[in-house]
Amino acid sequence: MSEKGAGVVIVGAGHAGGTAAALLRQYGYAGAITLIGDEPIPPYQRPPLSKAWLKGEADAASLALKPESFYAGADIDLILGVKVTKIRRSARTVSLRDGREMAYGHLILATGAHARPLPIPGADLIGVMSLRSAADAEELKAALGPGKRLAVIGGGYIGLEAAASARSLGAEAVIIEREAHILARVAKPPLSTFFADYHRARGVAIEVGAVVEAFEGDAGRVSGVRLAGDRVIPCDAVLIGIGLIRNDQLAREAGLECVNGVVVDETARTTDPHVFAIGDVTHRPITHYDRMFWLESVANALEQARHAASIIAGRTPPPHEVTWNWSDQYDLKLQIAGLPFDVDDILVRGDPASGKFAVFHLKGDVIQAVEAVNAAAEFMAGRQLIAQRKPISRARLADTTISMKEVAA
Amino acid sequence: MARITYIEHDGSEHVIEVKNGLSVMEGAVKNNIPGIDADCGGACACATCHVYVDEAWRDRTGTPSAMEESMLDFAENVEPNSRLSCQIKVGDEVDGLIVRMPESQH
Repeated sequence: MSEKGAGVVIVGAGHAGGTAAALLRQYGYAGAITLIGDEPIPPYQRPPLSKAWLKGEADAASLALKPESFYAGADIDLILGVKVTKIRRSARTVSLRDGREMAYGHLILATGAHARPLPIPGADLIGVMSLRSAADAEELKAALGPGKRLAVIGGGYIGLEAAASARSLGAEAVIIEREAHILARVAKPPLSTFFADYHRARGVAIEVGAVVEAFEGDAGRVSGVRLAGDRVIPCDAVLIGIGLIRNDQLAREAGLECVNGVVVDETARTTDPHVFAIGDVTHRPITHYDRMFWLESVANALEQARHAASIIAGRTPPPHEVTWNWSDQYDLKLQIAGLPFDVDDILVRGDPASGKFAVFHLKGDVIQAVEAVNAAAEFMAGRQLIAQRKPISRARLADTTISMKEVAA
Repeated sequence: MARITYIEHDGSEHVIEVKNGLSVMEGAVKNNIPGIDADCGGACACATCHVYVDEAWRDRTGTPSAMEESMLDFAENVEPNSRLSCQIKVGDEVDGLIVRMPESQH
């Protein structure tokens, strides 16, 4: 324990945890900061793992949130490759797998999530992978190249980005989606139709309404995906992209309320005044939509890191932002703002066939969410209009001869 | 390598060498220079890496894409010399570049 006394212990050195550590110092916090992660590398950005990393354009060093030298220089004790096994809230200590016990004055849980597995026959064949960490990305990258065929289970953003990356590396890709259309959990037609068409036009096969029963193998390596009905889709590698499971076990065992994630308030606090939770692991209020939800985005990790660090450092937390996210596939940039809650209609601005358009989700004449494809003005203006809850004229919003600045005026 | 001067809103100057091929944003983030948030990590999705390019350098930092211009159109305190620093590539032609950061990126 440092001479400064029990300070802040951050469990999880991902995007949220790494940011919280840096912000504590930036906000003037002078106590001890210990940042503990179970991966062997310092905090890094995950979004490029399905894109630039697979294409050989990024690595752990280029994706690091801060250079490794930053932590010692900022008097942040960075402990890598070690799991925290227990939290004792009454004693205010955490136990590490290597036997160490650490006291905390404040605890920030930033344990993130892990990829949801598909526990079917053949799941442990070589070449059946998921994508969460840099180590996963390295394994997936090695499996891609000319002549290779990647089967992606799940038509969500990770799977679509990986399929696009596979194509750019000369590998074949097939997306196997259980629901009636890809992006089923997060989007509806016309957006999902647009992406399905775009992928198909670039050689990606898409199977919808397809239930995966087993992985077939040859000498211990995956060779195919067997669907219900006995059809087998041949492949050399499988990426399972069916969502994530939040790493809230430590919190649950410590008696903190969890609902598929650690429950926090709108400033990342749990009901224990000494314990915060931030990032993918949380179940949090989305005040703009007056409900509890689970956000999976860099924007959320940053916002909650700012809130926790502000409160601990004695600063006023910043105002909430409308939630936002993005996905890059081929030459498409999808930018998303808001969440499509309480929506009674959608309005498409622009022509999807042009590759530049936006889908606005409306509650009456108020924009609740926007999905913009190569349409940054629609995304930026949409964010502002969502935050302001400002009613718009649908006729003007649908008219691309009227700029978004004018629509928003 | 290029020598880049980053000037914070309060006037504090940071002069560093940035490797060719990185973006001006990455130069700041990797050297822990405050004032550039870069929430999206350089994906041109957030407009929190906003900088003002010194007048003498405007014609050597390239032309913004339509996407960057659209993003900037809605950022705060935008001036004619505003750029998203994640979109400015570092090369020999920007050796000596001076950029100023806004008071806040949010």
